[in-house]
Amino acid sequence: MDILIPILAAAVRSGTPILYATLGEILTEKSGVLNLGLEGIMLMGAFTGFAVSMYTGNPWIAIAASFLVGMIITSIHGFLCITMGANQVVSGLALTMAGTGASSLLGRNFIGETITGLGKMHLPFLSEIPFIGPILFDHDPLVYISYFLVLFMCFFLSFTKSGLSLRAVGDSPRSADSVGISVVRTRYFYTLIGGGIVAIGGAYMSVAYTKMWGDLMTAGRGWIAVALVIFAIWHPMRAAFGAYLFGGVEAFQLRLQAAGTTIPTPLLMMLPYILTITVLLVISIREGKGLIFEAPSSLGQPFYREERE
Amino acid sequence: MSRNILSPLVRMEGITKTFAGFVANSQIDFDVKNGEVHSLLGENGAGKTTLMNILSGLYIQDEGNIWIHDELREFRSPRDAILSGIGMVHQHFMLVPSMTVWENMVLGLKDLPSILPKKEIIGQMESLSSRYGLHVEPEARIWQLSIGEQQRVSILKVLFRKAELLILDEPTAVLTPQEADNLFKTVHQMKAEGHGIVFISHKLNEVTALSDRVTILRKGKRIGTVNTSDTTQENLAEMMVGKRVSFNITKRPQKPGKISMEIRDLSVNNDRGLPAVRDLCLQLREGEILGIAGIAGNGQQELCEAMVGLRKVEAGEMYINQIRIQKADPKSMISQGVRYIPADRKGTGLVPNMNVQENSILKNYWQKPVSRGITIDWNVVYKLASSIVRKFNVDTPSLSTPVRNLSGGNLQKLMLGRELSDEPPVIIAVHPTWGLDVAATGFVRDTILNERDKGASILLVSEDLDELVAMSDRLAVMHKGRFMGITDEPETLSREALGLMMAGIAHEDILQRDEGKGS
Ligand SMILES: Nc1ncnc2c1ncn2[C@@H]1O[C@H](COP(=O)(O)OP(=O)(O)O)[C@@H](O)[C@H]1O
Ligand SMILES: [Mg+2]
Repeated sequence: MDILIPILAAAVRSGTPILYATLGEILTEKSGVLNLGLEGIMLMGAFTGFAVSMYTGNPWIAIAASFLVGMIITSIHGFLCITMGANQVVSGLALTMAGTGASSLLGRNFIGETITGLGKMHLPFLSEIPFIGPILFDHDPLVYISYFLVLFMCFFLSFTKSGLSLRAVGDSPRSADSVGISVVRTRYFYTLIGGGIVAIGGAYMSVAYTKMWGDLMTAGRGWIAVALVIFAIWHPMRAAFGAYLFGGVEAFQLRLQAAGTTIPTPLLMMLPYILTITVLLVISIREGKGLIFEAPSSLGQPFYREERE
Repeated sequence: MSRNILSPLVRMEGITKTFAGFVANSQIDFDVKNGEVHSLLGENGAGKTTLMNILSGLYIQDEGNIWIHDELREFRSPRDAILSGIGMVHQHFMLVPSMTVWENMVLGLKDLPSILPKKEIIGQMESLSSRYGLHVEPEARIWQLSIGEQQRVSILKVLFRKAELLILDEPTAVLTPQEADNLFKTVHQMKAEGHGIVFISHKLNEVTALSDRVTILRKGKRIGTVNTSDTTQENLAEMMVGKRVSFNITKRPQKPGKISMEIRDLSVNNDRGLPAVRDLCLQLREGEILGIAGIAGNGQQELCEAMVGLRKVEAGEMYINQIRIQKADPKSMISQGVRYIPADRKGTGLVPNMNVQENSILKNYWQKPVSRGITIDWNVVYKLASSIVRKFNVDTPSLSTPVRNLSGGNLQKLMLGRELSDEPPVIIAVHPTWGLDVAATGFVRDTILNERDKGASILLVSEDLDELVAMSDRLAVMHKGRFMGITDEPETLSREALGLMMAGIAHEDILQRDEGKGS
């Protein structure tokens, strides 16, 4: 029990960046737009968060700035894919490369600097619940916001008017269009919001998790998020499960490393990636298709009203 | 409906619409009054859907104006049309398959609270349902519904939005005769309530039975508008097609031979993994056409795909010339002489981006003489393709034209040429004349009948009941993956009996009922 609590608490912390990225991508993909630029957006989010934090000393301004930068970068993808009908895979990959490169370049002078970053916030009462409390409610506010986001997205997609429109645009843009929903506007909106949330995932890495800047510090978490979206069959709850699984294995292998095991370090570092993918793959194969939360049928396809399918 | 009833509900004038140079609508005038059913009659491709898509804001016309109750309107999106009281039930329903009926009902409605009041919505919907006799389960998901039910949802959806004008695009194409009758009742009721209704069809009997006026379109032009009471079906047919046409299909007497393909207790699943064909048995004899009637989605497609090796057989056996097929994959079925004319010509049938030559060898590129080991002998291909193009009158600019540029009729001819040029023993044809003009339809029918006379065993799936009855030597009716009956004398089967069988009542039961009535 006593060894388990710190590992599980660490799982939540190190799963949070992936969770944000996955939730952002779920929103984007629900509208029918595939964004493979997550890794690039996360890195730019991480850099922006760190830099703004350093200059302003205020982590919240830093996070808001990351969100904004995420939206701005993603708007390029939005324009290419939604307005110009470009290939979404190519555009997304370009975004990843551009974001990765830009963050390395801009971040050169920040290596080695430190920031105060986002501190812990004990939640009264909740953090005192035995076992659950220290695992879930003894973190920084961004973690709590991510819990809220998960619940809110489930509710939003299932029960609200706007959620209905979003699902319709992703699943059957032609039907949505025929009842007067603007496919283009809906896609832009959720692609940009999604991109902003992904960037917060990156910012979490630098502002809350490590409180430093390292080149390529997201280390492929953007790609894990892309895969998580699929294995979570576009369901926010399952995204949380996948993200924390990754975080848990990550925390566990770090402890193993610290304890000085004989297993080679590179092998240990591979562990969270391999395990997360494997577990989710098995689950998603066994459960087959969900209903509300299944793949948006128009994912990756541009929409033009007067064109026939 | 408090507006001025005397002014036409909708008036369209001089509507022209082109798609990349192709004129789909040219200078068309059209109007509908309240309490009137106005039919749009025309062959496939005449431009009926295009005209109504303009009226519902999906397409923007190049020229022409639209007035609603004498007020000039400019529709820039479907939203504008909906706000003007126009509702369209599209031929391919605009429903979101993964959503429930009630969710589709309110999709896109602005004047709803942010959190959807499910109970109220369902209540409103059910009162509409019972008023118009359009019953559907509000919590069912669209993909679980039959086509007939989906149509009811689509009509309800339009009524839910308080549409004054209802456009029904070929609504009966997917219905049994009985379901169509119910639809007509609903239409009459809406008409009596003062709605205007546009009824799109290419079926003359329905148009004359249902409408007050008919506007005939041909090749994008308006040929005329007539009062239904002043005209005859022959007259309408002539206006629609342009020249007098005979609907006769001549078929020589049958000389059925031995069984060439047989299926025993076949079960096949659909794409969702649910049973589509259930314990089905059938025999195809040499020199006969076995027709399969049924509403789309009752397993016809899956049956055909299983027979050509494109779909996994869950249970049961298939035999060709009394020999059991061990491995039913497309390649082995092709080499056993089973040929396939699929419904989706540009999907399963041909590769749109490949040219005529390449498409004509899709089914024998691995065999001599087309194949020379690992390379292809393009001289042989050229000869083969040009002989297909010549024999089957394929109208193509050249052999190296990508087939996506060919019209529907020419695509079909090219496919027939590829499938039939080596006198195959078994032919599976699905909707072979769907969407073709009169000349191409005649050509396709003649070609298929010709193969029958030469001794081929043919399975024919079609939605055109006249075609099926006239061409088939035997006719089976399929419902939920089973045959409801199979007859050796298709001509003697009444329309009513066919309809009942399509709705799932077994042939014997119908015969018994008729006897009961007679005595
Ligand atoms: N969105 C579109 N893009 C290109 N061509 C189209 C489009 N819609 C219709 N057409 C063409 O316009 C013609 C008329 O089509 P349509 O209005 O669907 O005919 P109908 O409904 O009478 O069968 C057809 O030749 C069709 O190929
Ligand atoms: Mg049409």
